Amino acid sequence: MEILSPLPQYIVSGLTNGAIYALIALGFGIIYNATTIINFAQGEMVMLGALSAISIYQLRPSLPLAFLGGVAAVTLVGLAFERLALRPVRDPNPLSLIIITVGGAVFIKGIAMLLWGKDPYSLPPFTGHVPIALGPATVLPQNLWVLGVGAVVVLILEAFFRLTLVGKAMRACAYNPRAACLVGISTGRMVQLSFGLSAALGAAGGILIAPLTLGVYDMGTMLGLKGFSAAILGGLGSSLGGVLGGLLLGVAESLASGLISSGYRDAVAFFLLLLALFIRPQGLLGGKG
Amino acid sequence: MRLRRFLNRWLLFVAVVILIPLAVESEYYLTLLNFIGIHTILVVGLNLLMGYAGQISLGHAAFFGLGAYTSGILTGTYGINPWLALMAGLLISGSAAFLIGVPALKLRGYYLAMATLGFGVIVYIVFNELQTWTGGPSGLAGIPALALAGFSFNTPLKLYLLIWPAVIFILALSASLVDSRTGRALRALHDSEAAAESLGVNTQRLKLLIFVWSALYASLAGSLYAHTMNFIAPSSFDIMFSIKLVTMVVVGGMASIWGSLLGAGVLTVLPELLVFFHDFEVVIFGGILMTVMIFLPRGLIRGLLDLKEFRRYQKEGGGLSG
Repeated sequence: MEILSPLPQYIVSGLTNGAIYALIALGFGIIYNATTIINFAQGEMVMLGALSAISIYQLRPSLPLAFLGGVAAVTLVGLAFERLALRPVRDPNPLSLIIITVGGAVFIKGIAMLLWGKDPYSLPPFTGHVPIALGPATVLPQNLWVLGVGAVVVLILEAFFRLTLVGKAMRACAYNPRAACLVGISTGRMVQLSFGLSAALGAAGGILIAPLTLGVYDMGTMLGLKGFSAAILGGLGSSLGGVLGGLLLGVAESLASGLISSGYRDAVAFFLLLLALFIRPQGLLGGKG
Repeated sequence: MRLRRFLNRWLLFVAVVILIPLAVESEYYLTLLNFIGIHTILVVGLNLLMGYAGQISLGHAAFFGLGAYTSGILTGTYGINPWLALMAGLLISGSAAFLIGVPALKLRGYYLAMATLGFGVIVYIVFNELQTWTGGPSGLAGIPALALAGFSFNTPLKLYLLIWPAVIFILALSASLVDSRTGRALRALHDSEAAAESLGVNTQRLKLLIFVWSALYASLAGSLYAHTMNFIAPSSFDIMFSIKLVTMVVVGGMASIWGSLLGAGVLTVLPELLVFFHDFEVVIFGGILMTVMIFLPRGLIRGLLDLKEFRRYQKEGGGLSG
């Protein structure tokens, strides 16, 4: 029994990280649906969200302002990235688009290093440090914030895609771009929107996790790759799959680092990615591969 | 005529390779040239994969690292013959590439990019964590120099005499691969997978062959690197290095054997030329990767030539500017 007692604790911290992976995975899915591009710069949006929110907070210590300001700033970066780096591409084959987004990721990370330096910054938790006893586990208020805000964001996103005209137009584009074009939807506009939206999601994830992990210029790469693994695991382009993949990955990683060895913590995500690619490449909830 | 031009080009290249050590005495420049050589071997392999098979590996540093660590551990810790260790490295890297390639290449699209990315991260973590063998983050020291019949390759000049003949061999091997029946099938595959298949090319097997082939080059480069440095650490084999290799391919021009030499040369020398480079390294590599891919997708040289052609065309009042 002694070995099992920290289990709820691992699951709580796993779900918290998993919620962040899920937000990033959804961002990957939105862009993939609109363009079939894998946007490797997605993780850098998470880092930019965390760091810009921290900078805004240092200027004017208001958390809601920092959250909204961070998300808004990164959304602009996402839109600019699409406009400046992807739209001018002369020969938009998937290989060159992958290379460009990889280059973009490295470029944004380098700029962030020049702007913020290599030291980590902290953001205060949204509501205090006092842990809450929740059954067998103790939970930080920030854990609950991550899970709560994450769930709300996912619900808003689903509502946007199902209930609004713009959301339906984006889904139409994902389903069949040419047919969407024929009924008068501007596919270019939808592609741009998808980049803005997924940048906003990534930024929200980054700001939520910043009080728990600190914000530093190179945090985006690993988070992005794990969000990407979550997206593949759940089924690229499926939003429920992205959420499920993210949570599953977070918990698996937390259990493995707690029960086996913390050094291999980061390897778990990629092991699951390889496993998913080999056994079920369309993901848990994906359609045909 | 074509044959003669072809022969001239190779003879010129071999002559330059032979003449350089006579003219260059500085150990610093020779070491730099040796790194260019090692990078060229890596880049040619990745270029075959990207330029001809139309697939991308975002984890090539892992195969480079597998070669380096296999050589380093077997010779440094266990005192095994370095040439045997090099073979063992090839075997390990080739098998790893085969195991990843079989399932990933069965699927259409860019699953190989994802699988190699994941593999690259895992291998990097294993290098860090398997401390009893790899020495962990602080690295593995005491790797002996390569030796052949009592002649030890232990100075930059002697290493030059080992590495550059290897580069010539790899370039020639790659050029003949591209010109062979397999190479023609590869180019067909790059232009249209469906068309290649309809002509009886087993595209999946061909892609797998090239992927394993490029992993073998990377492993060879890794072994040479380990014996050149006599010391290796995981930080030389991270994702950033994989991305640097992709940048070298892109700058040199995809589907160009000689371009690989150019890309490796330019991007190995550049950090040395610019003193302020260190802090800006990440930005510069990212920026180069994006701009070249957006504006000169055929690589630096051919891209600039295309631009010149286009300007001349405009000046003569032709076509597009019309």
